[in-house]
This record gives sequence, structure tokens and C-alpha cells, in this order.
Amino acid sequence: MLKVEEQTPVEFSSELLAKFDEVKSRYPEGKHKSALLPLLHLVQAEYLWVSTPAMDKVAEYLNIQPIEVYEVATFYTMYFLKPQGKYALEVCRTGPCCLVGAEKILSHLENKLGVKESEITADGLFSFRGVECLAACGFGPVLQISPEYTFYENLTTESVDKLIEDLKNKS
Amino acid sequence: MSRKLLLEHINVPGINTLEVYRQKGGYRAVEKALKTLTPEEIVEEVKKSGLRGRGGAGFPTGMKWSFLAKPEGVARYLVCNADESEPGTFKDRYLMTYIPHALIEGMIVSSFALGAKVSYIYVRGEMMPQIRILEKAIAEAKAAGWLGKNILGTGYDLELYVQPGGGAYICGEETALLESLEGKRGNPRIKPPFPAIAGLYGCPTVVNNVESIAAVVPIINDGGDEYAKIGIGRSTGTKLISASGNLVKPGVYEIELGLPVEEFIYSDEYCGGIANGKRLKATVAGGSSVPILPANLTLKYANGEPRLMSYESLSEGGFATGTMMGSGGFIAFDEDQCIVRNTWNFSRFYHHESCGQCSPCREGTGWMEKVLHKIEHGHGSMEDVDLLWDIQRKIEGNTICPLGDAAAWPVASAIRHFRDEFEWHIKEPVKSQQQNYGIANYAVPIEKAPVTEEK
Repeated sequence: MLKVEEQTPVEFSSELLAKFDEVKSRYPEGKHKSALLPLLHLVQAEYLWVSTPAMDKVAEYLNIQPIEVYEVATFYTMYFLKPQGKYALEVCRTGPCCLVGAEKILSHLENKLGVKESEITADGLFSFRGVECLAACGFGPVLQISPEYTFYENLTTESVDKLIEDLKNKS
Repeated sequence: MSRKLLLEHINVPGINTLEVYRQKGGYRAVEKALKTLTPEEIVEEVKKSGLRGRGGAGFPTGMKWSFLAKPEGVARYLVCNADESEPGTFKDRYLMTYIPHALIEGMIVSSFALGAKVSYIYVRGEMMPQIRILEKAIAEAKAAGWLGKNILGTGYDLELYVQPGGGAYICGEETALLESLEGKRGNPRIKPPFPAIAGLYGCPTVVNNVESIAAVVPIINDGGDEYAKIGIGRSTGTKLISASGNLVKPGVYEIELGLPVEEFIYSDEYCGGIANGKRLKATVAGGSSVPILPANLTLKYANGEPRLMSYESLSEGGFATGTMMGSGGFIAFDEDQCIVRNTWNFSRFYHHESCGQCSPCREGTGWMEKVLHKIEHGHGSMEDVDLLWDIQRKIEGNTICPLGDAAAWPVASAIRHFRDEFEWHIKEPVKSQQQNYGIANYAVPIEKAPVTEEK
């Protein structure tokens, strides 16, 4: 999963480090490890995924062991441990969404984008995957797009087509 | 129209802003609590209200608060559980999106009651938009003097922070949530000690669901006794129900506890019936973890009495013929839905979300998923149904946290009530790939048992 050759060294910008400092100030003295999950989100928002060198830097910043970062990054499903498309589409595939057609949306995306789950389209714009319940069951099928996690509800194959066109035109 | 305490102003334009929220009477509870009540009096009001934890367990909130240890010189924490991840549940997202100040107001009052100086709202990471909404609302409240140092000149200080999760269902379990908030993997802790004694950073901590905390606001405004007048029996107050699945109007509804299930499903005030003119086959009444019931047992008890939306009524009959209130995630299945497929889907969810700490859950959930996949795809044998039953029995009650039970119950109840549908998949491996089993006799109305006169 963590292939060393894919990993180029990173240097965090001063803006990102300022955000780190703000997050760290939310916890009592000596409990700064609590900042780990929010920090990883900030890293992912910046680089669109979380590489091993980035995790090492986070460990250095929090003054904890790298393994403490790896074990967290691999436990939680939101952190991408390999590069994704610029728009990573995540479709809910759990029960209630499936009752209203989520499986159809997933197979439609596969056809439309011409890639399998977690693969990136040739233009680097899109990747998609099925994820577990996104807590929007009444408005299913739903998908979210990282890193902003904007939500799209009551999906149909037509609305998915339009969404993809809009995103293509945007970039 | 039933009474609305949490969603009364949901349709007021701008209710997400402090200004409009104030115009509608917002933050009155903070003024009342901080200026006229002692922390003990607030706990007493919450006890009197009969409020029960809205996250799923239904434990009395006031009692949970009264367990909080208060050693000298040790910080105490209130942590709001906004990790809402139970399939079928989306009420907390709704509340935080549209009325974020209701949660913040509840957090201030509750933190004051518990003596917390720093409180956290742990929001599931996927809800980034809601995190941004809450952070904005907290900044507004702080600028207006509702948070920070010396609130309303009372000498009470409170800082409130939002903490994002990382996408793990298990973090809805309170001790896993605390681990996660400490920057670790979300592995549930062995209890005791309970968080009330040793929670966040080893300090006494209360963890409450979003809806429970928001409900503290009307309880303080109107008094615990007034709140307790709403509802039925030990199910007091109002409850947010997340309605999903094949309904005409899915969405979040605030109901007075005690509403008949039939009215909730079919009346136009609520879900408006089953979508596309179809018939109801089954429901999961309280989020994916609670037992699934066929339509007839959803609407009535085995003796023919109508079933109500309350903690007691939903669990009437035990697991043999009843279910649970859970988190209020109400999922409706129409006649075309396949129970086997849905059970497989839920097992996959629990397998994916098991933290891996306890063998029965780590291994058992994966095993159940595989066996169900086999049956659903036409490769099952009759022994598989008994095997499934055996596995779920070995998970239930044998794990540190309730995820094991939550994974076992949907499988057990599906076999209990829909065994013929499982067997049909096995006997008809080809046909079951082309068509659904249908509604069978699951919706045949239960007749009220005749009353025999005593002589």
C-alpha cells in the first residue's frame, strides 16, 4: 500500500503550518496528539492525498512517532493513501441508498468514466469509489466529492452526467 | 399538528444565523441557566424531563450526568457525539445544517451544568460542510459573548471546539470516540471505568448525542416537568425520526413519542405512505442495527394492538416479535425489495466497520458477509442459513462494544422473520437471480385476539 518510490518529499507551506498551530491550540497542554485527525484532513485538502513523507512531517510537527500517524491514517477510511482524481467521487453504497438505486449510480459511473473503482481517469480529473453510509439516507442516492465534501443528493443517471460535465468544464 | 420543540423554526429564513435564532427566542436557555440556576438544578430539570439518550441506547440523560465524578482540581469534559453513522440515521446532520445554534446553545447550558470549561463537538469527518457551518456559528456566538471568558458576566468560561472524525462508524461508540478525539485509532475501551470517571484524557467526561444536547434547551426554557408531559410513559418528549427507503416523503420528522407507527408511515403529515403506490414489506425502525420487522409486526403487536413510536412500544414482544427505537432511523422496504440482499449489504457494512479488536466481531462479520453473499448470488445451501444463525449467536454479547450485537441482530431478525425468503434463494438459485421473492405473507394484517369474557 505504501510504496516508497511513489513518495516525493514534501515541505509544508507557512500557511498550512499556521493552520496546524491554530488546531493545536484547541487542546490542553501536552494533549496535542488530539490534533492528528484534523491535521491529516488539512494535509489531504492541500495535496489531495496523504503520502508517507507527509505523514512523517506531521509526526515531526506533533513530536510523535511516525507509526502513530500511520496507524491512524490506515484505520480511518477518509484518508487517501494513494493519489486520487482531482475530483474523488464517493457514492454511498449502504442499505437505505441501495433501496433507492445507489448500485445503479455506481455502475453508471464506471461506464461513464471508463475506469474501475479507485482508478483515476486518463485526464487525472476523476476517480470514484463506493463508501459506507454518509448519513443522508432520506435524500439518496447521494455522493460527496472531496476535498470540499460537497454533497449531491437524490441522484439520477442524468444528474450524475450533468455533474461530471460541469466539473469537466470547471477545470 | 404535533408539538415541535427542536424543529419549530426550521423553515424560518436565516434561522442558521445568530440574529434570527435570537429573534426566535434563541439563547434564552443560556441566560436562564447561567443567571438563575445552579448546575445541580439544571441536572435536576433534565432528570425530571425523563429525556433519554437520542443516539441509540436510550439511557436517561439526567442520570448519566449525575454519574459524573467531580474530583477537586481535575478538568471535566462534555463531548458531543455528532459522529452520526448509523445507516438510516441523518437527523443530526439535518439539525446541525439548519439550526446550528440549537446545538451550541445546548452545549453551553450542558457544559455549565457539568462544570466543563472546554467542550468538543466530535463531528464525523465526511460532514465537512456541517463542520464549517458549526465553526461559523461558534465564531458568531463567541463574538456576541455567548462563549469565551466570563459569559454574561457570570464568571463562567467556556471554549467550544469542533473536532472532525476520519470516517469510522465505530467512533459513534463513546469510548472509541474519545480514543479518536485523543488522536488514536477508534478502538473502544473496556468498561469500567466508564467515561464519567475516566474519559477524555483520563478526566471525567460526559458524551451525549447532538439531539439529546439540543433537547436540553426546551427543557430549561419550559422546565423538566413540562417536557415530561409530552410523550407516553417513560418515552417523554419529542424525537427526531429520520425516514428513508421507499417512502413518498422521506426526510427528518419531529414526532411526539407515542405516535402510532401506522400514522407515521401513511399520514400526509409525515411520510405519506409507500412510494409509487406499492405495498410495505418490512421496516427497520431504529437504524440498521435494530431487528428488521415484516410489515404486519411493524404496524401491530403479535396480539393485534397497534404499535407506537416509543421506546417501549417498539420493543414490545422482545426480539421475537418486536424491535427497538435505536437512533430513530426508520427505513421502509417496499414489496420489490429483497431482504437477503439487504441483509448482505448490512453485513458488508459491519464487516467494513468492525475495528478488529475482538475476534468474534472481526472474524464473524466477515464470515456472515461471505455466507450472505453466497446465498444472495444463488450459491447457498440450506446449512448456510443455520450457519449464519450460529455465527450471529457467537458474536452477540461476546465483544467489548455493541458493534458486535449491532452486526448480529439484523442477521438474526432477517432469518427469524424471513427464513422462507432465504430458503427460496437456495432452492431457486436461477430464479432468485432474475426476480424478487416479493411481499409473500409479510403484510397480512394481524387480527386482534378476541377477548374472551371471564365468567
